Amino acid sequence: MTTIPFKLPFNIKLYRPVSPTGVWGWLTTVDHKKIGVLYGVTAFIMFLTGGIEAMLIRTQLIAPELKIIAPEVYNQLFTMHATTMIFLAIMPLSAAFFNFIIPLQIGARDVAFPRLNAFSYWAFLAGALIMKSSWFLGGSPNAGWFGYAPITSATFNPGNGIDFWIIGLQVLGVASLAASFNFIVTIINMRAPGMTMMRLPLFTWMTFITAILLILAFPVITVALIELMLDRTFDFNFFNTKAGANPILWQHLFWIFGHPEVYILILPAMGIVSEVLPTFSRKPIFGYPAMVLAASFIAFMGWLVWSHHMFTTGLGPIANSVFTLTTMLIAVPTGVKMFNWLGTMWGGDIDFKTPTLFCVGFMSMFLIGGISGVMHSFSASDYQQQDTYFIVAHIHYVLFGGSIFGIFAGIYYWFPKITGRMYDEKLGKLNFWIMFIGQNLTFFPMHWVGMQGMPRRIFTYDSGMGWAFWNGFETIAAYAIAFGVLIFVINMIKSWNGGKKAGDDPWDGRTLEWSIPSPPPVYNFRDIPIVKSLDDFWRTKQNSSNSDTKVKSKTKVTDIHLPQPSYWPLLVAVGLTIAGFGIIYNLLFTGIGIGIMLITVCAWSFEPVNEPDSH
Amino acid sequence: MSDETTTGLSHRKLLMWVFLGSDCMFFASLIGTYLIYKGSGVLHPGPADVFDIPTTSVSTFVLLMSSMSMVFAYAYLVRDDIKAFRIWMFSTMIMGSTFLGFQVFEFSEFYFHDDLSPQTNLFGTTFYALTGTHGLHVTIGVIWLGIIFYSSLFRNTVTSKTNLDLDLAALYWHFVDIVWIVIFAVVYLFGTFTGFPSS
Repeated sequence: MTTIPFKLPFNIKLYRPVSPTGVWGWLTTVDHKKIGVLYGVTAFIMFLTGGIEAMLIRTQLIAPELKIIAPEVYNQLFTMHATTMIFLAIMPLSAAFFNFIIPLQIGARDVAFPRLNAFSYWAFLAGALIMKSSWFLGGSPNAGWFGYAPITSATFNPGNGIDFWIIGLQVLGVASLAASFNFIVTIINMRAPGMTMMRLPLFTWMTFITAILLILAFPVITVALIELMLDRTFDFNFFNTKAGANPILWQHLFWIFGHPEVYILILPAMGIVSEVLPTFSRKPIFGYPAMVLAASFIAFMGWLVWSHHMFTTGLGPIANSVFTLTTMLIAVPTGVKMFNWLGTMWGGDIDFKTPTLFCVGFMSMFLIGGISGVMHSFSASDYQQQDTYFIVAHIHYVLFGGSIFGIFAGIYYWFPKITGRMYDEKLGKLNFWIMFIGQNLTFFPMHWVGMQGMPRRIFTYDSGMGWAFWNGFETIAAYAIAFGVLIFVINMIKSWNGGKKAGDDPWDGRTLEWSIPSPPPVYNFRDIPIVKSLDDFWRTKQNSSNSDTKVKSKTKVTDIHLPQPSYWPLLVAVGLTIAGFGIIYNLLFTGIGIGIMLITVCAWSFEPVNEPDSH
Repeated sequence: MSDETTTGLSHRKLLMWVFLGSDCMFFASLIGTYLIYKGSGVLHPGPADVFDIPTTSVSTFVLLMSSMSMVFAYAYLVRDDIKAFRIWMFSTMIMGSTFLGFQVFEFSEFYFHDDLSPQTNLFGTTFYALTGTHGLHVTIGVIWLGIIFYSSLFRNTVTSKTNLDLDLAALYWHFVDIVWIVIFAVVYLFGTFTGFPSS
């Protein structure tokens, strides 16, 4: 491998890699497409581990009074299942699309800060490893994904599980924040000439709004987790009721983060649906400005509804009424989006390929989840639903039927672009129908057992309660979902290796990513495109005969200078991991880890972005 | 990679603004925590027992003046008056360090003299967490300015062409100053305020 030197203060000389290959190439990559693939594959593996946790939970509940899994392990399973699916699967799967697709959609050659982007991935991997390693290091977190104080305090929860949860989430937070800073700057500042904000593809818009939500929401959970960590590690009093502390503080901080977080989970999926439906309906998106405004309004209102998670804590009738109203109000822009998607499909020449099916699945499932959401917005009736399986049904309709279906639609839709090959349409449709039916059979009966009063997070239930039949039914149906996911995995592996060649534009796409070869070359666009309207690429295709769509490029490939690979993002993340484990085990390692981070960040900042002879 | 951007702003400057927006929420959460717990502690000492407003006013004044000095440093750098830039840069660092010295003095005074540790009561917990976080921000700022100062003094690499490097540090510095104005008002002044004298 070739390297070139660069200089640090005090005449220290370091070397940077030049065009490394193989594993080394992946470890030092700053190419947004490779990082996107890394994100996608890692997050999907995490999605599978979260799925295994879910299957264990369902197996324990298949019949009343079973003792397959001990209560303590059950607590760890449901905590890890939710934490995994939210922070290690849905968020990074969305991030995989941000990475791969956004620069292509706005006509850029990379993101604004390529090395920071690589760091985001490595920090995400570090957080995932810290979180998941708890299974092998003496027990996982067991206090639920929202970790209410004071159940998480050292007094009531003396093991290391909660520490793994705190540190894992902190590191994941760093990763998400770094990625979001990057994408906000990229979308504002790296658009191709003529790509005004109101010509951005809707997926880019949703990414932009998600990133803004994220940079404002994550600091709040960061502070809450720091407070909890100080309590547990240094005996501070933030959640110590003996010193007069109020545990509701945790709930407020958590949900001020937590409610914007649910929009962080769903908006990217909405963006994907807004790309797929126009393409397969052969019509422009219906009401583009309304879609943008609705998403912005959702992002704003997302900050004003957090207390609907806390109706039963006794905030009083005025607070409950206000949050009831704001929560009902936030359903309006979501409805606007729903009607616009319907309007897009209406009268269109709809091609029911797998991505379309997943989008229709998304709309119908998210509608059901949205309706049960409006049901709990009403604080008086929420007292009945709080902490029951009704809530479990709701969250799975919006996150599984919503976010995951949207993400699957995206995977199928962009698979030809990412790999250059087509997926197997038959297996894709089979995957959709099994998952769609399995999802409804699993989660719909949860509404009923919830209404009958079955509380969530109980490791078993009495046979006399009348919940046995539906629980057994749900478990069998959940196995069907797992089978559906298995078909998906087979389809992906098979098609990636031996699928038929996709060509540049298999769907007759509308956005810029379809104007370049699949998989895209490392520099993305040989000539930076000039954008004249919304859906410019599609309009260009419409207005010209097939022969002259390809204009001969004048740019020589060798004249395109791309950011060079770098070790430092990976090494900073290694320092972060050591510092994180140090807080759990021994503060000495935290010092060492921070030392490594300081040195590597310093080396990073003196490393030139390009080769020295590039300008 | 061309250096042109859509808005004309450099990527790094935009990144700094976005980061500061995010940092606002960070401090807002800490200040929120402090305010929610204000007055609900069950153990002494409280704010009125420990604060010495005149002392903290001096350190506040010094920190605010450091912002002015930072503006001068930047203005001279843009005009390529490197000597004046170094003087003002140095004075900014000294004033920042003075503020930190005051904070160390104040913390040790509270800790050893008034028996207020983070573990003592809710006030100690929230006070040290909030002001300590701010102190950490100032420390990072001083180190950052130190690196730029070092580069100017020994490597001569800081000129009007690279003024963006200083611009970013200055943005951060002013932000940290503004946060202190809020903390000084909310924690120190409100903390010792006992109401207007009745007439």
